[in-house]
Formats: sequence, structure tokens, C-alpha cells
Amino acid sequence: MAVDPSFVGRAYPPDEPYEVTRAEIAAFAEAVGATHPAHTDPQAARALGHPDVVAPPTWAVVVAQRSEAKHVQDPAAGVDFTRVVHADEGFAYTRPIHAGDRLVTTLHVDTVVERAGLGMVTTRVEVADEHGAPVATVTSTLAVRP
Amino acid sequence: MRLSELSVGQQVAAGTLRVDRARLVRYADASGDQNPIHQDEAAALAVGLPGVIAHGMWTMGAAVGVVVDWVGDPGLVVDYRTRFTRPVPVPADETVEVNVVATVGALDRQAGTARIDLEVTLDGARVLGRSQALVRL
Repeated sequence: MAVDPSFVGRAYPPDEPYEVTRAEIAAFAEAVGATHPAHTDPQAARALGHPDVVAPPTWAVVVAQRSEAKHVQDPAAGVDFTRVVHADEGFAYTRPIHAGDRLVTTLHVDTVVERAGLGMVTTRVEVADEHGAPVATVTSTLAVRP
Repeated sequence: MRLSELSVGQQVAAGTLRVDRARLVRYADASGDQNPIHQDEAAALAVGLPGVIAHGMWTMGAAVGVVVDWVGDPGLVVDYRTRFTRPVPVPADETVEVNVVATVGALDRQAGTARIDLEVTLDGARVLGRSQALVRL
């Protein structure tokens, strides 16, 4: 089944708040080989002016991907995960993400186009704190083979 | 690091990323991306890949480390984006090396930002395209 362009412009309801922990920031940093002490040592992070350890620049994919799953797993969207290649990804930060943050994500479907026989689906996840203040925007494009 | 000390084209950092299958399992657990093509040979072959490949997001996440270490504070990376152009195959029982070179792509003195362009290669071929980190200085 082809990707469904009628999803363009759709905004899903906000997700439940996600509490960021020191342990998961440390595990993510280790997995990507990020050794900067501000990812794991609260004192090193505070010395740089942060309230707690700082997530690596791509950590927001953790909450973004959970949000994107609502679109990807909707059979009507036509995004067959066995036929998907990740085409691009982007992170724009209003402020860094720290341990202790309670993040609320909202998924938007920005574009669905056919290009060179591939269905290109671009989603945007707006990441905010629990009071609604913006934290980051995560954009992702999947290329879906027919 | 000051913006005034930088010039476009200047190389600011470089590094080698090392990845094996055990690391991909740890990345899958840490990121939540449990797509089996990043862990299971049979699953990768079934979708036409030559074998297990690294998560594109692993490569993206690992590559920016050289920028974080150079700038000295992960919170100064305010924007980071890339295209995924080639997979990084990770054969069983091997450690694969991916090279990263970071150069100044553009300077915006009014905004106080430097765009750092990342050349990320495996055996000389680029695996990420238009990989750009914006740092606030």
C-alpha cells in the first residue's frame, strides 16, 4: 500500500509527559561513544550552568520516535516498516534537555510526497516542557518503497 | 572558543568512531530503536541488505561527539541535521571504523553561531550527507 497523502497537516494529540532520567542519558551517551562529562556527572554539568546532566544532541530521538510510532503504526498511513529507509533527521533546540525534564511531545505530519518511486513522509515532533514551553523540534523523513 | 577565532573552511576537530554489534545492541536498548536489521543477520538479509547495518541514528549521534568535545558543552549544539546516504555494515566479530572530520561551514557573527560541517566516511565514502551542527559561541 502506498503512503497516504491525506495525512499531511495532521497533528496528533500530545503524548503523556516523559520524565528524563540520568541513567538513560548515561546509557545513551555510552552507546554513541559520547564521553563529555556533562552527560554523566551532575557536578560537571552544573559547572557549565546546567541544572543537571545534559542529554547528547540526538537524545531527543528517544521521545520523538515514541511519538512518531503513532503515525508509523497506523495501518492507514501506509508506512510499512519493512520497506522503510531513514532519509534524514534534524534537531533544533530552544534549550538543552536535562535529567529531570518532563517532556511532552506532539507529532505533526508535515509532508507526504512521491519522489522517484519512493513515498517520502516527513514528520515533525514538537518537544515542550510540561508547562508548554518549547524545548526542541525533531524532524524526520522516511523513504518508503512501494 | 570564540567566533572571532574561526574562519570558514577551518578544520576544528576530527575523530574515529568505532562500532561493533554489541554496541548496536546497547544503542537499540538506549534509543528504543529495536529494528532487527541492526542486530539480526537474517532480518537484514531478508530485506535485501548485505547484513547487519548500524542505525543511521547511531552514526549521527556518534559523529557529533567530536563537535561537543571541541566546543566543550553539549548544550551549545543548538541545531544538528543530516541526510543518511549510505549504510554502515557491521559484520559479526568485527569493529568497524568510521571517520569524522569537522570543519567550519559558515559563521553568523550577528547570531553568534558557527555551522560546523561533518564529513563522515567509511572506507573513504560518505555515509552521512549535509551533516551540519550549529553551535552557539
